[in-house]
Amino acid sequence: MSIHVRGISKAFGTFQALDNVSLDVPQGTLLALLGPSGSGKTTLLRIIAGLEWPDSGRIEEDGADITDRHARQREVGFVFQHYALFRHMSVFENIAFGLRVRKTPKPEVEAKVNELLHLVRLDGLGGRKPAQLSGGQRQRVALARALAIRPKILLLDEPFGALDAKVRVELRQWLRQLHDEIGMTSVFVTHDQEEAFELADEVVVMNHGRIEQRGTPDEVFEHPATPFVMDFLGNVNLFHGRVEKGQAFWHGIPIDYPDYPHSQARPARVYLRPHELEIARASADQPDRRAASSAAVAGSLPASVLRIARSGAIARVSCRPDGSDTELHVDLPVETARDMSLQPGERVTITPRKVRVFLPDPEYVI
Amino acid sequence: MPAHNPILRSPRRRSVLPGFGMSAAITSLMITALVIVPLAVLALRAASLGPTDFLAAAWTPRARAAYAVSLGASLTAAIISSVCGLLVAWVLVRIDFPGRRLLDALVDVPLALPTAVAGLVYSTLYVERGWLGRYLVPLGIHGAYSWLGIVLVLVFVSLPFAIRVVQPVLESLDRDSEEAARMLGASRVQTFLQVIFPAIFPAVLTGFALALARALGEYGSVVFISGNMPFKTEIAPVLIVSRLEEFAYAEATAIAVVLLGMSVSLLVIVNWLQQRVARNSQ
Repeated sequence: MSIHVRGISKAFGTFQALDNVSLDVPQGTLLALLGPSGSGKTTLLRIIAGLEWPDSGRIEEDGADITDRHARQREVGFVFQHYALFRHMSVFENIAFGLRVRKTPKPEVEAKVNELLHLVRLDGLGGRKPAQLSGGQRQRVALARALAIRPKILLLDEPFGALDAKVRVELRQWLRQLHDEIGMTSVFVTHDQEEAFELADEVVVMNHGRIEQRGTPDEVFEHPATPFVMDFLGNVNLFHGRVEKGQAFWHGIPIDYPDYPHSQARPARVYLRPHELEIARASADQPDRRAASSAAVAGSLPASVLRIARSGAIARVSCRPDGSDTELHVDLPVETARDMSLQPGERVTITPRKVRVFLPDPEYVI
Repeated sequence: MPAHNPILRSPRRRSVLPGFGMSAAITSLMITALVIVPLAVLALRAASLGPTDFLAAAWTPRARAAYAVSLGASLTAAIISSVCGLLVAWVLVRIDFPGRRLLDALVDVPLALPTAVAGLVYSTLYVERGWLGRYLVPLGIHGAYSWLGIVLVLVFVSLPFAIRVVQPVLESLDRDSEEAARMLGASRVQTFLQVIFPAIFPAVLTGFALALARALGEYGSVVFISGNMPFKTEIAPVLIVSRLEEFAYAEATAIAVVLLGMSVSLLVIVNWLQQRVARNSQ
């Protein structure tokens, strides 16, 4: 079942949680609402669920307006961040709850619950109380409970937020599998971009109650539409340069920027991702490196190495470009870093393979 | 040789609260002085009667009637207090209305007001010519000098306990599970009965036990409103006092012991129930 959000606005007192948001979620999509806290992503999810009412706008399912329909009539499964299991009920009773309130015959309830227990890999744990389960198991019970009513839409609010890193990754992959098997429309909220990119078919980045960008994980990651998305995705070097006559300049290196052909120079923000930079020793093969770099960017920057830190499979080289106070980070595969064996204080040249330039939004200009 | 025990003195053994020895001593001293010694004296006094005299004093028809009135009225009042207390607590916690804080403060008034005053006010209200009595008595509702009157004042004195015990539990109730129930298709009634009530039931039981204990021991207000008619509206504490006024100390003690025994057994039962329920809902 597809979901259509049409021009939803919602304010809590003076705080504008959602500002004229429209969004289509096609049938069968697994969509992530990504954003910082206060961006309105949870409010949007709760409005789709019917737990919150919009001030204006409509919600449609397969073209039918369900804005005025009660949460209990929407046939939506909802998984809460902190599980929200019924503590006094056993796992079995928790999963059976939605069926029982629908007066499902007992044998049917039993069969369905056992099937779900198997689906979420909790066979034999039906008699346990939620308190006797681990966090990951509780979240799977919550999921089974939501699935019991055969929802056409599954909504998940920070589903892995309260779990530790290892369980989170496992559960994430498992949820993706489950989504593909059941084939319903799912929307989940997260502030973790890794989670959104790994799990979702489509990512919607939200900020200040608005949608900043919507696209596949690749689109969003490779072509961030706004400085906010770029910043939010994080792990990026930010510099302040200028732009004029179709070119941006970063430390004297020209970067094509055809969107701004005017001759009046304007300040611009220049983003360089650490893994999209190349580093080489200043002395030896500098010309070759330059030849290998992307056509859009011609030129490299002299810098000195400050330190090298290893984190997992990546070695992060921190440099200071000549004539700049801002540090620049370059990520290298550990093997490359080992082969180069750079030392702090060494002179290097840095060549960007890809640079993103954003003009500040007029509304940000004071 | 070792003047100090190295284990006890090691810093790891220190708890946040200083002086376990001191606090244990104070606790046991207080319990002994305030509870155990008076109860022991009571028991000793009663024991001086001998079994036959004890029964003769404590199990007279009038005394039996008084126990029945005490227990019946207290249980009724405790049930009413628990139900109303839950409602009031719910309103105070969940509904934001002007004057909520004032109402919240008013809840404790019955604890501070001398209960005799409450008894007097209630009886003047409900007598035949009283403000309320003039309308109620023609309808056959006797709020003063009746069993109903006893229940009324007992609800008044026990209600704060029922409210104050449930209130914090309602405040800490997980709202997510209510929303979860709604998402799963439960109606309001189903959500309350199957999700909210089981979570607060242990607290309701505790409130019930406290209200019951308070009602069983109440004297000041009842004496003014009940009329104290033997076999009808005489509660056991009033009977004790009237025995004392006849200088029948031993009999008074015997009745007190029976009343105490009943109260303790009731409280033990409620406590046991409460623990069972609490364990179940973990």
